This record gives sequence, C-alpha cells and structure tokens, in this order.
Amino acid sequence: MKNRVAFVIKQAFYKSIPVLAGYIILGIGFGILLQNAGYGVLWAFAMSCFIYAGSMQYVGVSLITGGASVITTVLTTIMVNARHLFYSISMIERYKDTGKYKPYLIFALTDETYSLLCDGQVPDKKYGDLYRFFVSLFNQCYWVTGSVIGSLLGSVLPFSTDGIEFSMTALFAASFTEQWICGKNHIPALTGLVCSLLCLVVFGSEHFLIPAMLLITATLTVLQRQILSGEEETE
Amino acid sequence: MNFDVYAAVLVLLMALVTWLLRFMPFFIFGKSTPPYIVYLGKVLPSAIIGMLVIYCLKDVDMTAAPFGLPECMAVGSVVVLQYWKRNSLISILFGTVLYMALIRLW
Repeated sequence: MKNRVAFVIKQAFYKSIPVLAGYIILGIGFGILLQNAGYGVLWAFAMSCFIYAGSMQYVGVSLITGGASVITTVLTTIMVNARHLFYSISMIERYKDTGKYKPYLIFALTDETYSLLCDGQVPDKKYGDLYRFFVSLFNQCYWVTGSVIGSLLGSVLPFSTDGIEFSMTALFAASFTEQWICGKNHIPALTGLVCSLLCLVVFGSEHFLIPAMLLITATLTVLQRQILSGEEETE
Repeated sequence: MNFDVYAAVLVLLMALVTWLLRFMPFFIFGKSTPPYIVYLGKVLPSAIIGMLVIYCLKDVDMTAAPFGLPECMAVGSVVVLQYWKRNSLISILFGTVLYMALIRLW
C-alpha cells in the first residue's frame, strides 16, 4: 500500500509539471512587482499562501499601491475571481466525498489546477482524493516558491526592473486572446472591452472599475437571451 | 518600518472574498444551480479579462510622447504570438521583455 501511495504522489507530480514553469515565472513576476511596491518577502509569502489567485494578486498590488478603498477591493476581488464560483460549481459532484481533503481541494482550485483536474482522470481510483490533493499542493508550492524567489530577486537584481509590471498586462492580453480563439461567441469579450473603455472615458482612470463591472453585468444580463440563442444556432 | 495595517486589511479582504467565492457553491448549490448563475459563469470570464486588459492600460497617456506606442506594440506582440504559438508563457515573456526594452529606447 505504501508503494501505491508513492506511485500516486509521483503521478500527481508528473501531472503538475506543465504548471511548474508557468507558476514559477508568473510567481517571480508577482514577487518582483510586490517588492518594487515596497512590500517584501513575507508579504509575497503570505499573499501566495492565503489568497492564492494569480491574477488577483497582480491586481492586488495595484490596489494597495493605488490606495483603493475597502469597497473597491471587495468588489474587484468578486469580479476578478467570480469565475472561481463556476469552477467550484462544476466540481461539487466530484469533491463531494473527499473527506478531510475537501477544504484544501476547494481552497486550492485555481485556473490551472482546475484545468488539470476537470477531466476527472485519476491513476488509481482508490487514491483519487490523495492524487487530487497532491496535484493541488504541488501547484501551490510552485506558486509560493516563485513569488518568494521574485521577492528576493527584486531586492538584489543589479539591473532596473522597470517595466516588469507589464507582465500583468501581458498575462491578461494572452488569456483574452486564448479565450477569443476558443470561444464561439465573442459578444461577452467585446462587452468587457467596450463597457470598460466607455467607463474609463466617462469616470476616469481612478473610478472606472466599479461602474465598469456593473455595466458589464447589466449588459450581459440584458443580452442573455441573444447570447444563449446564438449559441444554440452555432452548435 | 511600521506594520502596514492598511495593506494587511486589503490582503485579508482579498483572501476572505476569494475563499468565499470558492466555498460558497459547495454550501449553497447542491445539485441544482440556477440557470442565470450558470449563464454568468459562461460569459463573465471573458468579459472580465477584457476589463482587466483595459484596467492595466488605464494610465497610458496617448496625448504625449511616446503616445502609448510601447504598450500598443507589446500588447500587439502578445496577441500575435498567442494566435501563432498558443503558448501563454512564451507570449507573456516575450511581450514583457519587449516592453522593458521599448521603454528604455523612448
């Protein structure tokens, strides 16, 4: 049985390898950014341990340095991380009987972990929960390690890291493009861009985020019928 | 240095809200999820990513030199690379390095 456990853990490690490079590098970017904002390695460690949501941590740095209000912070977190609601919804059945692993499995359900586990494949049915637990844990270790390295690097790098903050823009631009390629219906993506631009022009760069979120949700609610019927036609 | 209470409160809020979002469905929805929520789950992610792209570029000044050119070129390179290679890591790394080089040129 010990052999089986070791086997399952090894399989979990193999499964997590695609995430390794990505999390280390994005983690380093986050760590440097946070260090440049004046928050050291303990902050990077704590944020990566307790928040553990990549995009949100990047946005979080600019919320903190920008002096965001409590309400803006809560609403921004809800909007940026709303997709986690839906990852969780789709895992309700699968995580139902995972016992002692359940709290951590739910907490650690990031985009990447979800993408590794959503197919439901496990190497050994008997140790499925253990396997999922270790895939989740390995991924978080990469993320925490990356952000700690970045934070330490940020304070000793001999050259200027001006412009490293662009990695956040690049991260979002890449996921936007990827979703555009994968998605059949481009109305939601366009709604996001157009509503945000509109609110940026009307409310200015300091105050546009909350109006933009409300306008996006309202627009998508109004367009619900069109978008859903459009999907049925293309399918 | 004093402990930064403001930053700690913000970090704590981000963590709590993120936990809430991840755990809530397990408490609220058993087997039946309202269609409206399922719908939002489908369409919100790409809309919000679009919003975040704009959010990142909100302070770019298009009226003064270099007129947002480094940002445009770097975002352009990310989009093209992503279309071509479909590898987010390559797109992000290249775009960031290009941007860091461009802002040193202008």
